[in-house]
Amino acid sequence: MATIEMKNIVKKYGDGFPAVNDISIDVADGEFVILVGPSGCGKSTLLRMIVGLEDITSGDMIVDGKRVNDLAPRDRNLAMVFQNYALYPHLTVYENIAFPLRLAGKSESEIDQKVREASKTLELDEHLERKPANLSGGQRQRVAMGRAIVRDAKAFLFDEPLSNLDAKLRGQMRTEIARLQKRLGITTVYVTHDQTEAMTLGDRVAVMKRGVLQQLATPRELYEQPVNLFVAGFIGSPPMNFLPATVEGGKVKLPFGDFDLPQEKAAKTEGKGLLMAGIRPEHFEDASVMDGGSDSTFTAKIDVREWLGDQQYAYIPYEAEQQVQDQLKELAKEVDSESLRTQLVVSLDSASRVEEGQEATLHIDTRKMHLFDPSSGDNLTVGL
Amino acid sequence: MNMTKNRVGIVIGCALILGWCLLPVAWIISLSFKSQEAITNGSPGFFPSSGTGAGWKNYEDVLKDDQFKHAIFNSIGISLISTVLSVIIATLAAYAIARLEFRGKRFVLTTALVIAMFPVVSLVSPLFDMWRTFGIYDTWLGLILPYMSFTLPLAIWTLSAFFREIPWEMEQAAQVDGATSWQAFRKVIVPLAAPGVFTAAILTFFFAWNDFVFGISLTSTENARPIPAALSFFVGADPFNRPASLLAAGAVVATIPIIVIVLFFQRKIVAGLTSGAVKG
Repeated sequence: MATIEMKNIVKKYGDGFPAVNDISIDVADGEFVILVGPSGCGKSTLLRMIVGLEDITSGDMIVDGKRVNDLAPRDRNLAMVFQNYALYPHLTVYENIAFPLRLAGKSESEIDQKVREASKTLELDEHLERKPANLSGGQRQRVAMGRAIVRDAKAFLFDEPLSNLDAKLRGQMRTEIARLQKRLGITTVYVTHDQTEAMTLGDRVAVMKRGVLQQLATPRELYEQPVNLFVAGFIGSPPMNFLPATVEGGKVKLPFGDFDLPQEKAAKTEGKGLLMAGIRPEHFEDASVMDGGSDSTFTAKIDVREWLGDQQYAYIPYEAEQQVQDQLKELAKEVDSESLRTQLVVSLDSASRVEEGQEATLHIDTRKMHLFDPSSGDNLTVGL
Repeated sequence: MNMTKNRVGIVIGCALILGWCLLPVAWIISLSFKSQEAITNGSPGFFPSSGTGAGWKNYEDVLKDDQFKHAIFNSIGISLISTVLSVIIATLAAYAIARLEFRGKRFVLTTALVIAMFPVVSLVSPLFDMWRTFGIYDTWLGLILPYMSFTLPLAIWTLSAFFREIPWEMEQAAQVDGATSWQAFRKVIVPLAAPGVFTAAILTFFFAWNDFVFGISLTSTENARPIPAALSFFVGADPFNRPASLLAAGAVVATIPIIVIVLFFQRKIVAGLTSGAVKG
């Protein structure tokens, strides 16, 4: 059990490019912190600096109150689960799990007791004598975790542990990891590019982009109060809609019409020229299925509709100026996706009967709308 | 239908190749069971005809011969020592080449290759002079050194290819688990590279065991003379009439250790040892 403090951590490679730039994160004892971001954002590098597999260019890495910058991995007493598991193929499952204990020179009886304990926790009992080659992906994953939990490490570090599993198994193992972490109450840092994992597992989530920490917050806060365009676009699926907007006279002007904006939001954004409005798909609704009607509505032609049973998504293309289109493209590239056209994604009640190719009247909830400065990307309405 | 055709083809192909490779061996074995007279008289035939067979007599004579016994001992000792040393050094060097970035890495690799391509014969006379000056002419050491320097390059190349195949994560996992670099190397990397290590060992042993040029030019007595060289000194009472059947028996005896060693090492070369290490 331990805290992990990262203070102004910087990692520069030979060419001077900072893969990790001035990151400070405090992980509390027993906390589950997720590092998330698109590929190449430095999240894995940061994790490897915690465990000691990468040198730290500058800054302090403090584990359990002790500066570990110059300690070898074996002296840091942290356990790590690798993306490809890195099991020892020449050893049986039992010996794989016992490996760290043997290195520590534990007695045979103690090793046996601990290995059995770990294998019981992970339901590996009947596989102990098999070699990793004869195990399924999920079983290998559990062996890798067994190797981590068998020693009383100060913290667990996971490097995209589920990315090699198929979708169904991934869901199961995710729950399994959450349960294990809660039960052992051990400090955990978990790297992933999958936002579902990030949102469901983490006590707090650190979103990174190009080596820079964007926001460190609880999953709920990330979702509801993203500090900038990048976080807003990265978290949430389907992603937040971004629309060009201008605020004048307490109203926000969108491509679909003018809508009243809550006063405190209007005050912050009034007269700032062209802004970027961010609205999540669920903050739209089919006006015809709403009780009591709504005054902020607009009509739009539904292009494609996807009915999922509990809800449905509708896609509404719109024309935008080149400048806006370019910015949306840039944003999409940053979060590892691709925007083919400027379109609105709205999530509608499953009872809605809107038809493809037909006009529909939609409600927009401007209270939940965020307004971003397009040049800096900052959220101007954060906390409102 | 097609399957049986394939099968027949495979059998015929194998038989052809085996016949081609094994005919000389079979001929030597057949010679070794014939009496000296039968050979001197000419056209002895493949199977000894009546009265020309010698039974095990040639083998008994060969094994009774002190010179031959010394040579066998020298060959086994020299080959084993050069194999062990060469494999140990090559393993460490190959690991460094596969894992570390250092200046002159390419230089080391190309130099190693150049050495391996050097014609052996061209080195014999300088070595002869040098070894006599150093006082290691006609000693085991005098043969072990050239054997090692000629087999190391090949061993290093083979092994570094094996090491490169082993994912970095294996060592990193071991280090995180509490291993020193040396422990990670010994307990994780070497076992995984075992097929490579044994391949290198076989190659080295072959070279040392079969070498004739160094064996005959860098030795002068039974002190260090290995089998291939010793066989050429096998002259009977009459120098113009070499004991062919005795030589054949000696050659057969000299082949046995190498067959044993290959069979032993071959069992260790299990392909696909690293499967299951990573991913699913």
